[in-house]
This record gives sequence, C-alpha cells and structure tokens, in this order.
Amino acid sequence: MGEISRYDIAIVGGGPVGLTLAASLLRFQPDLSVAIIDRRPFAVPSDARASALAAGVRRVLEAIGLWCLVADEATPIEHMRITDSGHGDRARPLFLSFDGDVAPGLPYAHMVPNTALMQALLGRLTGRVDLLGPVTVAGFSADAHSARVVLADGETIEAPLVVAADGAQSELRQMAGIGTIGHAYGQSGLVTTIAHAIDHHRTAWEHFRPAGPFASLPLAERRSSLVFTETSAEAERLKTLAPDELAGVIEAAMGSALGAVEIIGQVQVFPLRLQIARDFHADRLALIGDAAHVVHPIAGQGLNLGLKDVAALTELVISAMRLGRDHGSADVLSHYARWRRFDTALMALMTDALNRLFSNDVAPIRAARDLGVGIVDRLPTVKSALMRHAAAIGGGEPKLMRGLML
Amino acid sequence: MTATTIDKDEIARFTAMAETWWDPNGKFKPLHKFNPVRLAYIRNEAIDHFGRDGTSRRPFEGLSLLDIGCGGGLLSEPMARLGATVTGADASERNIAIAKIHAEGAGLDIDYVATTAEALADAGKEFDVVLNMEVVEHVADVPLYLKSCARLVRPGGLMFLATINRTAKAFALAIVGAEYVLGWLPRGTHSYAKFLTPEEIVSILSREGLTIRDRTGVTYSPLRDEWGRSRDMSVNYMLLAQKPKG
Repeated sequence: MGEISRYDIAIVGGGPVGLTLAASLLRFQPDLSVAIIDRRPFAVPSDARASALAAGVRRVLEAIGLWCLVADEATPIEHMRITDSGHGDRARPLFLSFDGDVAPGLPYAHMVPNTALMQALLGRLTGRVDLLGPVTVAGFSADAHSARVVLADGETIEAPLVVAADGAQSELRQMAGIGTIGHAYGQSGLVTTIAHAIDHHRTAWEHFRPAGPFASLPLAERRSSLVFTETSAEAERLKTLAPDELAGVIEAAMGSALGAVEIIGQVQVFPLRLQIARDFHADRLALIGDAAHVVHPIAGQGLNLGLKDVAALTELVISAMRLGRDHGSADVLSHYARWRRFDTALMALMTDALNRLFSNDVAPIRAARDLGVGIVDRLPTVKSALMRHAAAIGGGEPKLMRGLML
Repeated sequence: MTATTIDKDEIARFTAMAETWWDPNGKFKPLHKFNPVRLAYIRNEAIDHFGRDGTSRRPFEGLSLLDIGCGGGLLSEPMARLGATVTGADASERNIAIAKIHAEGAGLDIDYVATTAEALADAGKEFDVVLNMEVVEHVADVPLYLKSCARLVRPGGLMFLATINRTAKAFALAIVGAEYVLGWLPRGTHSYAKFLTPEEIVSILSREGLTIRDRTGVTYSPLRDEWGRSRDMSVNYMLLAQKPKG
C-alpha cells in the first residue's frame, strides 16, 4: 500500500456541489483539514451555461461569503410566465404568472454563470484545502472509525467522513453498494444560449408543450439560457440542424415571446431521467448532489437540490463537531439521509407529476389543467405558497437556507 | 494506550463489546439519544465559565476533566475531541478495557483508569471539570460518593451532575415506561428507592462547599424523538455546581 494521508473530511468530486460543501464547512470551522479528489484537473471549465439558483440557495451562498463574488454576474429572475401550448398553437395562452420577490429584496431566483461560480469557489479554496487531481478512485472501504479512499496513483486518503459528490454516475456510490431507483423519461434536454430581439425584462418563460417543457431563463442583456425538452429522437435531430434553422424552431416554440432569435452558444443534448439513490448514506459515506439524485429539469431544481444537500450536511457536521461528536458516525449520517431523501422524493414526485401532466395533448387533461392553473393564478395565497416552495424557502429547511448562521 | 496488558482473545471480545457500546441503535441507544443534550449543556456552560472561544474546534484545550462512571467513553471521547485532557474512571475493569480499545481506534488520547471517585480523591487528584453523569442513582453510599466528587473539583472548577428525580412521574416514566413498556433499558437498571431529589443533592454538595450555578430539567419529546432541556425537573435533571476559588 502507498502513502496514507489523514483528513477530517474527504470529498470526491470537484464540481460546484462538492466545492461549495468544502467552502461551507470551512466557513464555520476554519481549521478543518479537507481533501477534494477529482478525475479532472481543478480549473474553471469553459462552460457558457448558467444555473438558476433559488432564493434559499442564494442565502446559503451569502452565509458562506460566496454570493458577493458572483453577484455582479447574476441576473435576477423577477417574473415567471408559464404558458400551456398545444401542437400548432401560435398564440400562447398565459396561465400562470409570478411577479415580484419571495421576500422583500429577495427575487425568486438568479441566473448565475457556471464559470463565475466555479471561479469564486476555486479562488476561495485554493491553498485552504488539498485539491487532488486529476486522479481516479480505485477503491473505497469503511470501518468503525474511518473510511479509506484508495486513489489510482496508490495514495490512500483516510477520513472519518467521505462525501460522494461525483455526479450521476457516482463511482463511490457503486463501490459502497448503493443502488438507484428511477426511470428514463424518453425525453432529452437541448441546452443552449440565445440572443433575442425583444428584452426579457428579467422574466423566465416556461412553455408547456406536448413533447415536454421549454424554458428560457434571462441572462445579462438580451440573452437567455434555454432548456428545450423534446423526445430524444427529435432532440438529436434538432441538434443536427443549421443554427438559423434551429433558431426558427426555437422562435416558433416560444411563440415569438422574445422576438427573433439567434443561437450564440454551443448546442448540447442530455437524455433526461429520474434517478434517486436507495440510500443517501452508507458507513462513513454521505451522498450529495447528482450522486444522490437526478431530477427532471422542469422546475430547474438540479443544482438547487444539491446545494440544499450542502446546507443540510454542513449543519449536521458542524453541530456534531461543536459537541465533540464523531462527525462521520451513523447517528449524523442517518439523520442527513432521512432529512434529505424525504425532501428529494417530494421534489422528484412534483417534477415527475408536472412533466406527466403537461407533456401530453389529451383534450380532457388539457381542459383540467387549464382550469387548475387558472384557479391557482387567481388565488394569491396558494400561488405565493407554491412560489415559496419552488424558491426553497420554508420551515424544516436547513438553517443556512433560512438565512440563519450556524 | 495500555491495552497490551490484555490477551488477544480478550481484545477481540472487548472490541465486539465496544461496537455494542458505540452502536447508536444498539443496547445503549438511550444513552446515544441522551448524549447531544448533555454534551451541549457541558460545552456551553464550560465555555462560558472558563471564558473559552466558542468558535474554536478545541475550546477545552488545557482544561483537565474527569468523567466518573465513563462506561464505554460516550462522554470522554467528545470531551477529548473538544481539547480537554480527559481522565475516564469506571469501577468496571471491563468497561475500561472497552473504552481504551475504542479510543485507540478513534485516535484519541484518554487516560482510562479502573478506579473509584473515593480512591481518586484520596490520592489528592483535582480537575477543572468533573462529570458526574447518570452515576449517583447507582451508588451505595451517596453522601460519601458526592463528598469524594466534591473533593475532586479544583477551586474555581465545575461539577456537572445528571440523574433522575424521585417522583411518581419519574417512577412511571423512568422505570415502568423505559424498562417495562418501551424496553429502552434492561429491567432492573434503576431502582426507585435510589433516586434522589435535586434538593437532597444540593444539600450534600452545599455542605461540601460547592455552590449551585444552574439546574435544568431534561425531557423527551416523542414527536421529535429527541431529548431537550426544559423547566420540568420532575424526571431527568442536570445540576451545575462550582467550587469557589481558593
């Protein structure tokens, strides 16, 4: 066996979720020793995409002192417009609209460029944690006192707590023998960035279409980020279109809400699926982010759920440490798993139901949902509760999401 | 660590028993459930009393602490992680062997000794903090025991004491409920006649020159499945006593 290095916490996966966990733990316990392991080099990726961060998650970033580093590049989403569109409809009936802030001065969500977030995280962590990579993980084991991650270069990382933040295909999850449940949606998400003729007025649009939802999210100036859900075959076909042809398809799908469209980003296609780990913990191992759950992007909750995991795990680990308890013990981790898995299952059911409800063109269902959404739009309290839920603010939430310090 | 004085089979046996002690869902589940509330009390009061930095990971650095009736070390280990120089004392050789093996695995330096409060006091030992948690209801001679514990507190130091009150409600919950209905504890763990009221303990400690700084009830919330502090001292309670500076 090669060299053994000991840390308080080892995080496998250097994406935004894993890095935010490290920054968050260090914010509340600055003398922690943390190792982050990734198969890729630690660098800001050339990624033109942006992520919608819900208001509660913004509070987490504020609490750990990261928000001020990305705020200048964040575009607030101040309005949401949801339309329900059948095949061939040109006019887009408006069924649900959200305006204003979930709390005074707190917009529903912000669009934050992925590069800005990664730059802030790497800047914060460089020199304060050991960034190990690029290197792959060759093995994982745990006993009564600590877990060991064996790296492909022969080094062994030992820590009382190991966190798997290594994505949907998590190797650590597989090594720990945790299975997943879920299904493929038969839909793919086409993701790109567009410039458009009409100003978005900081509005997010979600057009529900029979093939799946289509969302545009406001970026700086007259640009928006797109998530275009289609059947997988259609998404692959769209990807092969010439940029101006695709722009035409997008403009039609949006009912020209933003006027003439020009493709300005790379066009990427991702198959969509629902995947939830059967457990969010094993001995001395916690699963966070996509390693624990992959949900339909219909409500834009992927990264938000991951950062909620970060808020919950930080709260439990820091409070265990304050009491001198073993922060990787079964007590702490089973509490984390129960807390987060329930919330995730709820979100998965909601997004799943939304997708099934809207991704069809059956007349009675359309009539029913027209009625349902129409009623919701007329009841301010129901609407505000829905909006607050989507913004991830409410009771039972991790303290960091409620704007409380640890 | 002096676990080397025990033979190999013994070590295997004690390791298995240590796993039982430390299994949060095992035989000692009630103690694990109870641990956070008493740890938080000790931490907050000691940080306050000794003027320590609550944001530090080792706020008890430099404080000497005695954990009487330490069992498998459920309190001693957290105290060592918080930086205290810990002595864990238990009359049972077996408990001490278990505690040593577990602390060694966890990489914690704790001085575990099979001895009694009386013997430590007679040897003239003194500590900044004496933990006297869930012990007094099990001892034979309460006045002698508490007198020894009081002698072990250094002038200016603290004693934490946790036990069960002698009330009808305590009988109903701590004996009938916990031992017979819920099966949280083995039958016969507690004997009603040995329970002490806060007044009885306060009167002995006062005679030994300690002043009572705080008293608090500890109650179980079935809905949250959590123990928390409360004003109701009729079943479980904790006392904080201080020895005046010399």
